[in-house]
Amino acid sequence: MKFGTEIVLLSLFAFAALVAAGFGVDEAFRQHMWVLFFALVGFNAILMRNTDFKLAAPIDPAAYMDGPIRYGAIATVFWGVVGMLVGVVIALQLAYPHLNIEPWFNFGRLRPLHTSGVIFAFGGNALLCTSLYVVQRTSRARLFGGNLAWFVFWGYQLFIVMAATGYLLGITEGREYAEPEWYVDLWLTIVWVAYLVLFLGTILKRKEPHIYVANWFYLSFIVTIAMLHVVNNLSMPVSLLGSKSYSAFSGVQDALTQWWYGHNAVGFFLTAGFLGMMYYFVPKQANRPVYSYRLSIIHFWALIFLYIWAGPHHLHYTALPDWAQTLGMVFSIMLWMPSWGGMINGLMTLSGAWDKLRTDPIIRMMVAAVAFYGMSTFEGPMMSIKTVNSLSHYTDWTIGHVHSGALGWVGMISFGAIYYMVPKLWNRERLYSLRLVAWHFWLASLGIVVYAAVMWVSGIMQGLMWREYDEQGFLVYTFAETVAAMHPYYVMRAAGGAMYLSGALIMAWNIAMTIFGYQREEDPMPGSIDALQPAE
Amino acid sequence: MDYNLMREFADSCGLLGMVLFFAGCVAFALRPGGHSQAHEAAHIPFKDD
Repeated sequence: MKFGTEIVLLSLFAFAALVAAGFGVDEAFRQHMWVLFFALVGFNAILMRNTDFKLAAPIDPAAYMDGPIRYGAIATVFWGVVGMLVGVVIALQLAYPHLNIEPWFNFGRLRPLHTSGVIFAFGGNALLCTSLYVVQRTSRARLFGGNLAWFVFWGYQLFIVMAATGYLLGITEGREYAEPEWYVDLWLTIVWVAYLVLFLGTILKRKEPHIYVANWFYLSFIVTIAMLHVVNNLSMPVSLLGSKSYSAFSGVQDALTQWWYGHNAVGFFLTAGFLGMMYYFVPKQANRPVYSYRLSIIHFWALIFLYIWAGPHHLHYTALPDWAQTLGMVFSIMLWMPSWGGMINGLMTLSGAWDKLRTDPIIRMMVAAVAFYGMSTFEGPMMSIKTVNSLSHYTDWTIGHVHSGALGWVGMISFGAIYYMVPKLWNRERLYSLRLVAWHFWLASLGIVVYAAVMWVSGIMQGLMWREYDEQGFLVYTFAETVAAMHPYYVMRAAGGAMYLSGALIMAWNIAMTIFGYQREEDPMPGSIDALQPAE
Repeated sequence: MDYNLMREFADSCGLLGMVLFFAGCVAFALRPGGHSQAHEAAHIPFKDD
């Protein structure tokens, strides 16, 4: 492979970063540009080392392009472990404040590193690689645009590195789940448009007349995230060589824009995208078609039409007008129906094959994911009801809710998809070990249960303590007292997170050994029927 | 640009249009004769590998 154009462009890009590192108007920006410079130079060096002048083998246009997907699977596992590790660290920081190490590793900077790390780095890479895997196999077409897929993959990793290092340097827009500053946002926009072209181009050249429902979900995720990202990040930089920018919106308009973004990021990134995963990988692993294809179509359109209005429920009892709050609440409650329709559709796909739950830990993982999808989409609308929200909002109940969705639904369905894909991508007969998958499943499930249950108790306790008045109308507890009361729950929460993290580490080991081509000698899963032996 | 845009959208025919589009989608998915096509579409993942 020769990378002439890539090397020249990267060199120019690196030079621009060097200039920006020299002329930047604030210290953080200069440091951030040094990070960019070294990342680009390092990558360029790798490209140069891998250049050879042998004639490249011609590309078979009928074969699937799986290179970027293999890299994406590895990136998913890697970022998953990193993001979850940071999560355990910040959980411990809440329990033991001495663990805050200024300036780079205090809670305020590590928290967005955790959220972006698990949502965009782990979840984003999982969506990226599974979407490219699924769209080729359900369209029976090779990825569109030649090396475009490689640009999308590496461009997205650069976004992750820039976002993560920016947080540690203290560069932030302070917008939840959209913390990167303007120049990183612009880069993500370029990468995302390339992703859209790549995905849509592949669909357009499909050999299958019908577009399979998983692709609809993936496409809605890509299109909606593009729209949300652009509108939410409309801002004016103070200087073209500085890290600070100001939002185009102000006051409550800005708050509404942020939560229109924030909730739809949940709806389209963490839900629609991963539903695309569910509608392909659950049928494949169970080896039977989705329970009701027509229900999946209705599930899709109902989610599209309802989710987009639900954002204001994050702003109950604020300066946002009452009608907008009620609108958000009503649409959130209506979301119950499509969410449960989708959950039932996913679970019923196993009807007639429920025995697989006993013998196949990957199916077990997927079923647990779908069950958690149902549970957290039940809890969410309930918490959006104003009277419930008056107790739950700003408490750790919200954190527990998010994690039952993120660890239970997003995490488990991604693990299931990775376990399904990796042996196929590397042409391995099977995973290194199924028993390790079972270990991962139980560690992850127990971790979630500990985490969510602890956060229910502590969140409701916290909410009740905040609102307790004595007979003379004075608050009974000071804020510091409520913080002190949380300590044992924070410790237990960190323990739950550590269990989930150890499950992910087991997965990383299992996946690495599968890629290297090893197979662990082990007894089959209990309950599975031994392969028939030929008669003696 | 402010949140009243949402209100104006809902008060105009925008909301009605979206509801009708959604109802159309549901009706199309459930149309008589759609069953066999849905059955076929559900088997797309199994045509390959």
